[in-house]
Amino acid sequence: MSAASQAPSETDLKTRFTPSLIIGLVIVGFWLLVALFGPALAPHLESDIVTDMSYAPAGEVGLLGSDYLGRDVFSRLLYGARMTMGLALLVTLLSFSLGVILGFIAAISGRWIDGLMSRINDALMAFPSIILALIVMSALGTSLMIMIVTVAIIDSTRVFRLSRALAMDISVMDFVDVARSRGESLWWITVREILPNTLAPLAAEFGIRFTFAILFISALSFLGLGVQPPAADWGVMVKENLQGLLFGSAAALMPAAAVASLTVGVNLIVDWFLRRMGGDVSQELMN
Amino acid sequence: MGRLLIRRILLGIVVTWVVSMMIFAATELLPGDVCHAVLGQGATEKSLESCRERLQLNQPMHTRYLQWLGRLATGELGTSLANDLQISDQIGARAWNTVRLAALTALIAVPLAVLLGLIAAIRADSSVDRGISIGTLCFISVPEFFTGVLLVYILAVQLRWMPAVANYRDLTRGDFLEVIEALALPIATLTFAVLAHMTRMTRTAVLNVMSSPYIEQAILKGASRSRVIIRHALPNAVAPIVNVIALNLAYLVSGVVVVEAIFRIPGLGTLMVESVIYRDIPTVQAIGMLFCVTYVGFNLIADVMAIIANPRLRHPR
Amino acid sequence: MSAVIDIQDLWVEARSSGGSFQPIVEGVSVSVYPGEVVALIGESGSGKTTTALSAMAYSKPGCRIVGGSITLNGRDLLKLDQEERRQLRGREAAYVAQSAAAAFNPAIRIGDQVIESTAIHQLMPRDDALREAVKLYQRLDLPDPERLSNRYPHQVSGGQLQRLMAAMAMSSSPALLILDEPTTALDVTTQISVLSAFKDLIRGQNTAAIYVTHDLAVVAQIADRIVVMQNGKVMEAGATEQIISRPENAYTQTLMAAVRPPPKSMSVEGEGSDQTDDEMIVSVDSITAGYGRTETKIVLQDVSVAVPKGKVVGVIGESGCGKSTLARVIAGLLPQRSGEIYHHGQELPNVARRRTRSVLKNIQIVFQMPDVAINPRHRVREILGRPLDLFIGLSASARESRIDELLELVELPTSYKTRLPGELSGGEKQRINLARALAAEPEVILCDEVTSALDTVVGKAIIDLLKKLQANLGVAYLFISHDLSTVASFADHVVVLYAGRVVEQGPLASVLAPPFHPYTRLLLSSVPELRTDWLDGVVASKAHLDHLGQAVDSSKVGCPFFSRCAVAVNDVCNRQDVPLRKMDQGHTVACHLELDALRG
Repeated sequence: MSAASQAPSETDLKTRFTPSLIIGLVIVGFWLLVALFGPALAPHLESDIVTDMSYAPAGEVGLLGSDYLGRDVFSRLLYGARMTMGLALLVTLLSFSLGVILGFIAAISGRWIDGLMSRINDALMAFPSIILALIVMSALGTSLMIMIVTVAIIDSTRVFRLSRALAMDISVMDFVDVARSRGESLWWITVREILPNTLAPLAAEFGIRFTFAILFISALSFLGLGVQPPAADWGVMVKENLQGLLFGSAAALMPAAAVASLTVGVNLIVDWFLRRMGGDVSQELMN
Repeated sequence: MGRLLIRRILLGIVVTWVVSMMIFAATELLPGDVCHAVLGQGATEKSLESCRERLQLNQPMHTRYLQWLGRLATGELGTSLANDLQISDQIGARAWNTVRLAALTALIAVPLAVLLGLIAAIRADSSVDRGISIGTLCFISVPEFFTGVLLVYILAVQLRWMPAVANYRDLTRGDFLEVIEALALPIATLTFAVLAHMTRMTRTAVLNVMSSPYIEQAILKGASRSRVIIRHALPNAVAPIVNVIALNLAYLVSGVVVVEAIFRIPGLGTLMVESVIYRDIPTVQAIGMLFCVTYVGFNLIADVMAIIANPRLRHPR
Repeated sequence: MSAVIDIQDLWVEARSSGGSFQPIVEGVSVSVYPGEVVALIGESGSGKTTTALSAMAYSKPGCRIVGGSITLNGRDLLKLDQEERRQLRGREAAYVAQSAAAAFNPAIRIGDQVIESTAIHQLMPRDDALREAVKLYQRLDLPDPERLSNRYPHQVSGGQLQRLMAAMAMSSSPALLILDEPTTALDVTTQISVLSAFKDLIRGQNTAAIYVTHDLAVVAQIADRIVVMQNGKVMEAGATEQIISRPENAYTQTLMAAVRPPPKSMSVEGEGSDQTDDEMIVSVDSITAGYGRTETKIVLQDVSVAVPKGKVVGVIGESGCGKSTLARVIAGLLPQRSGEIYHHGQELPNVARRRTRSVLKNIQIVFQMPDVAINPRHRVREILGRPLDLFIGLSASARESRIDELLELVELPTSYKTRLPGELSGGEKQRINLARALAAEPEVILCDEVTSALDTVVGKAIIDLLKKLQANLGVAYLFISHDLSTVASFADHVVVLYAGRVVEQGPLASVLAPPFHPYTRLLLSSVPELRTDWLDGVVASKAHLDHLGQAVDSSKVGCPFFSRCAVAVNDVCNRQDVPLRKMDQGHTVACHLELDALRG
């Protein structure tokens, strides 16, 4: 009891730098560097056809071989890092701002506004997310812009639910009542009393949403509905080179592995963070 | 309890209704109209006219909505904008592939996930638990197409244990072994996709129950490990586990779409994706509705089971 | 005669958050003989529960027994394997947990849980065990014993569940019973009957028992010997009589000093300070308040209370009686449905945000749980500075020195102002809460159960501080508590709440003297006294007579106390509106019986 509630000592913190955290940091750090500098270092342009040989094996053409059009897989992988991660970050930032702001508004508003917003959110969440995206894109078309906004809105429903719940939980705490009994404004209560206590779980949620965005966008690209060729995106690259698998080419495997390693890396960091945070919220977030 | 059940079922109906309205309204989001958007700039006045005629765009929105609902209910879904085939025929021809894939996956994944979740919870913090934890974390993170591509690459291309591409069109008549052989990789891929979430959530649900004071009380009565789990923990874990399963059917639905695309299975998922690309809106709406109703239905069943499993509701004061 | 349980030189370690093991029990020795009750007493974190559980060779997850010997019925438990230990649990030693509501499995019928030990250890056939259980229910005064076994835990009340825990423990006639704070979660009026039920059972079966508690007065009633623990070590051990009358160890003396004398001995002659002469800082008039939207749950009904300048008004009642709601209504946190709130005779808006700054400044509130009453992300300087900025307005340097002053006022070092709440103990947090309230220089502080989440000694220090502040600063309190002794120790005026209604109020001395409202009488007779023969006396006098387990229904017409009242008159008390009987000095009793009848 008393031992558990003590503040963690410095040695405790050191032991908490687990191997899985370090692996996660290394992977994510690596891909961040690739996204930033990869295109500058790439031997070819993403759309350059460097050989007339489709699915050339690794080593023969470039580092990782050629794709179905004879383009350099290695170069496209480097360009794809920027495209995929950039899009995912954009979507996450959008969905996060939308979800957090609306979630907080719902939490501190009266019954009617909260009820209305929550019901709309529930309705959106009643769709499996990919199905909703497909329906919207069939109606509005499959441009990149539409995909970004659609995925961001679908994603924001989860952020909305979490931030509303967090703010609600905190707004019934006694220290918020203390502030209310002082006559503090709603703005002050939200920004000074509630917000600081939601930062840790929201940070974890950001990581989770980021991986979700990567997976979602590359799945849509893979289905041919997201990023359009010849742009290099990891999802697009998997789709393009799927046939190559039959000829023993790993051109489809490389971008798929890139997505997988990146999301595993982010999730390792988030997982460490949630474990450190402890508590009920992280239990829920962990799933 | 009866009233609660009726309320829950009514709520399910309301949700379905709202979902249907939203699916229908999606087409109304367009500036101009559907025909304009679908046929594009080069459309002649005549083709636009016939398209509008077919979609009955000259009627008011609520009339069209009601007619659409009526058609959904009777299965008379009209013809596709892409190829003039009856939508209901197309769906009928492909539904079996999707249902079979999803059902076989659920049959494998659900018991396996519950079992793994139970093991992880009972052996919490052991090396088994940590192994399951890391494994599920990885499988949550990786996209279905990675698992699928990797399985094909290793099992079919490198080891040649399986056919990389099966002729799924003939499968409807194939014998059981053939079906299993052809579907083994898709099922494995989909299983990995849904297994991880379900396992983790089951573990959490069971751990929550296992940390209750009544479990400690049972241990202090001298109950054996199996008695504690089977008699004391499981009855209380049923409701959360059922909920976990229902929630994860969403991943199954999403996963089916991608897995069908990886293995080129002619199912509802591929049909829907093709229809989106051809902007065949009536078909997309019909299949979307089908997926959503299934999903809402499963959630409803989970809710009902959770209510029935709750002793407080079964035996009111 | 040899000891049933003999614990020698026990060492237990717990895993800290960093993963390293820290000792939480250090060299504790306890032994208990048949028919004897030994109490382990100490504050939270003293290791008393850990020691008691080790008697069943059990340690909580994250803890491990690392040294010593534990001999139960002649066998050393630490030398047994898991299966042998399992065989002992529930058969030779049984455990009664603090919260019966949590320790009963919600999915299993009561009967099956009560006789589960006999089933696990195959002690007798199921039918026999269930028949024995019915006998136990009868001995424990449980209602409807024949059908009780078929019910589910959520279908019976908390007091009944706690007694069912005793039945569950006794069903296998164990040689050793471990009781872990079995009455702490109960209301004081319920506590007695549960306590006497436990006592009878232990006597009747010649069982050895370890009784874990923090409450010395409870211990005095039931224990033969007391072991005082602090920080995992035994401070003092001896016969109950010796420990409570002649404690030797300094820590035991501190514990004893923190026990407040029972309210009856406080009943000095009234000073005759007529309430109406004082200036009222805050008063509420016929307040009705509740929660929920359309189907209203009324928590307070027609309540009128006033706090005079510089005085302490104590509000007493059991959990759920609406006493905290009263504080929330006054503070403007919960708008009342009807009735008015006045501040110096001025009617107040029912929401804090619409009140003037001077009103907000003058009425401050301090909550029960120090852990959740402070924003964990704000430093002490910020917590104390905010009311200063809002209500006082000081220059930067004056603000800083005022914060120092406030910290000194609540007896904390000024270096604390850079700390985060996570770096403070519970008692220190509550002091910060007080300082935060004092920063506004209020006329009245609403104290909502400010000590009940704290250990006795720490709580005592907070009460002493409150008294000192009142004497020095002249601040008034609305002091809300479930503990009559605490209220009686410094209130000027007492309000007794039951089911959301004021059943009696008046100057302290008048309320503590006859005529009593039947509920006040029950409360008074239920507060354990620090003498060993108190419980037997109360049980013999039947003064605690109380129809337990009856649900309180606050919306019903008639007297809310009807179903539990020993002197209720059927068809009158439950049918007619309750008359308010007035005496001098503003002493009122809400009862259908005449004042003379309430005097006896």
